[in-house]
Amino acid sequence: MPHWLQLMLESLGPLLWAALVFTTPLTLLSFTFGLIVGLVVALIRLFGPRPLVAVVRFYVWIFRGTPLLVQLFLIFYGLPSVGILLDAFPAALIGFTLNIGAYSSEIIRAVIGSVPKGQWEAAYSIGMTWRQAMRRTILPQAGRVAVPPLSNTFISLVKDTSLAAAITVPEMFQAAQRIVAVTYEPLILYVEAALLYLAMSSVLSALQARLETRLNRYGGFLEARA
Amino acid sequence: MIGLTDIEKRFGDNVVLKGVSVAIAEGSVTALVGPSGGGKSTLLRCINLLEIPTSGTLRIGEETLAFKPGEKVASKDIQRLRRQTGMVFQNFQLFPHRTAIENVMEGLTTVLKWPVERARERALALLDKVGMAHKVDAWPATLSGGQQQRVAIARALAPSPKVLLCDEPTSALDPELAQEVVDVLGQLASEGTTMVMATHDLRLASKIANEVVFLEAGVVVESGQATSLFANPQRERTRRFIATLRHEQEGG
Ligand SMILES: Nc1ncnc2c1ncn2[C@@H]1O[C@H](COP(=O)(O)OP(=O)(O)OP(=O)(O)O)[C@@H](O)[C@H]1O
Ligand SMILES: [Mg+2]
Repeated sequence: MPHWLQLMLESLGPLLWAALVFTTPLTLLSFTFGLIVGLVVALIRLFGPRPLVAVVRFYVWIFRGTPLLVQLFLIFYGLPSVGILLDAFPAALIGFTLNIGAYSSEIIRAVIGSVPKGQWEAAYSIGMTWRQAMRRTILPQAGRVAVPPLSNTFISLVKDTSLAAAITVPEMFQAAQRIVAVTYEPLILYVEAALLYLAMSSVLSALQARLETRLNRYGGFLEARA
Repeated sequence: MIGLTDIEKRFGDNVVLKGVSVAIAEGSVTALVGPSGGGKSTLLRCINLLEIPTSGTLRIGEETLAFKPGEKVASKDIQRLRRQTGMVFQNFQLFPHRTAIENVMEGLTTVLKWPVERARERALALLDKVGMAHKVDAWPATLSGGQQQRVAIARALAPSPKVLLCDEPTSALDPELAQEVVDVLGQLASEGTTMVMATHDLRLASKIANEVVFLEAGVVVESGQATSLFANPQRERTRRFIATLRHEQEGG
C-alpha cells in the first residue's frame, strides 16, 4: 500500500470522529437556531414596529458586513475582556447562529414578499387571522421558494465551520492540523480534509434535490398561481 | 339582511366610493355593474373588509360595524363581520400547495376547528355540488380555469357564509369554461344563496341576478330589479352602458 493511502486511512478515524462530534452538531444546531433568528428578523423587518426594524437592520448590517472569522474572534477572545467568558463550542455556536440569522433573514424576507397578495386575501376571505394565514398559506409557499437559496447557506456553513478551528474547537479541520503537526504531511492531510468536506456538501446537495422534487409535486409554481 | 349605509372609501385623496348605500335581501342575487374603475371591486372588498371603509356603516345579518375616519377597527370586529362572508376572486386564488379538497377543508379545519373527518365530508358534498367530485385530490395547477373557479366557489361556501361575494368570477375564463361557472352560480342562486357579484358579463347578470346596482365613479347611478333595469333603464347613462356591453358581447 502506498504511504499516502496508508496515512489517509489511518487518519480517517480521528477525522470522522471530529466531524461526528463537532462539525455536524455545530452545523445542525447553528443552522436551526440561525433559521429561527432569521425568521424572527424577517418578520420584524416586514411587519414590525419602526424602532425594532431599525435594531434588526443594524444587526444584519453588522453581521453581513464583517468577516465571520473576526466575529468568532470577538466572541471568543474579545468578550472575556468585558467579563463574558464562553467555552469554544458555545462561542462558535453563537457566532455561526448570528451569522446565519443575518443572511437567512434576507432570504426569508424576500420569499415571504414573493407570495402574491391574492394569497393573503384568499386566506383572509375564509376567515383566517394574520397568524393562521402566515402559518398555513404564506410560509409553506415561501418555504418552497426558499429551499435553493437556504441550501446554499447551509452548504457554505458546513465548510465555514472549519473556521472554528481558529478558536480552538477541535472540529474536523483542527483534527487534520493536529495530525499534520506530528506527521509533517500537510498535502495529504489537507487533501483528505477537503475531500471529506466535499463529501458532506455533496450529500447535502443530493438531499436538496430530493426535497425540491418533493416540494414540486404540486405542479409548476408559476402555473399554479396563474 | 346586508345593509351598506353611506359607505365612503378613500385611497389617499382619491375618493373611490362616495356615500354608497345598498340594501341586499336574504336569498337575492345582486349584480354590481358599471364602467371600469367605478368602484365595484372596492365595494365588494368593503363588504368583507379586505378594504376598511373610511366611513359609513356595514351590517351583515345580526352583525353591525360603524367606521369613522382615522379610527382603527379592531381585528376582532373585522373577523366577526368577515366570517359572515365568502369570496370568489377573478383569478381564483386557490392555495397552490393544497389539493382541491384540502382547499375546501381549510376554512373548516383551520378557522372553525372542525375535526378533519367532518370537514372532509362537507368538502366532498360541496365539491360534488360544483361538479368537481372527480377531482377531489387534484392539485390546482392541474385543473382548468373553470374547474379551479368551481373549487374556489366550494371553498368560499364551506364555512356557510351568509353572503357569497364574487368579483368578476367569469372574466378570466374562455366562454365555454365561463358557462360551467355560470351554471354553478345559477344553481346556487336557485337554492337561495345570497350573492353579490361584480360583473361585466351580461349573460351572467341577466341569468342569475334579480337586483342590479349600477355604479359609476363611486356613486350608485341607478338600482332596481334586474329584469326591468336591463329591459328598461331609467337613466340615460345606464341605457348607454348596457347597450355598449350588449354590443361588445354580441360582437365577439
Ligand atoms: N389599493 C388601492 N389603492 C389605491 N387606489 C385604489 C386601490 N384599489 C382601487 N383603487 C382605485 O379605486 C378605483 C376603483 O377601483 P375598483 O377596482 O373598485 O373598480 P372596478 O369598478 O372594480 O373596476 P373594474 O371593472 O376595472 O374591475 C380606481 O380608480 C382604482 O384606481
Ligand atoms: Mg374590479
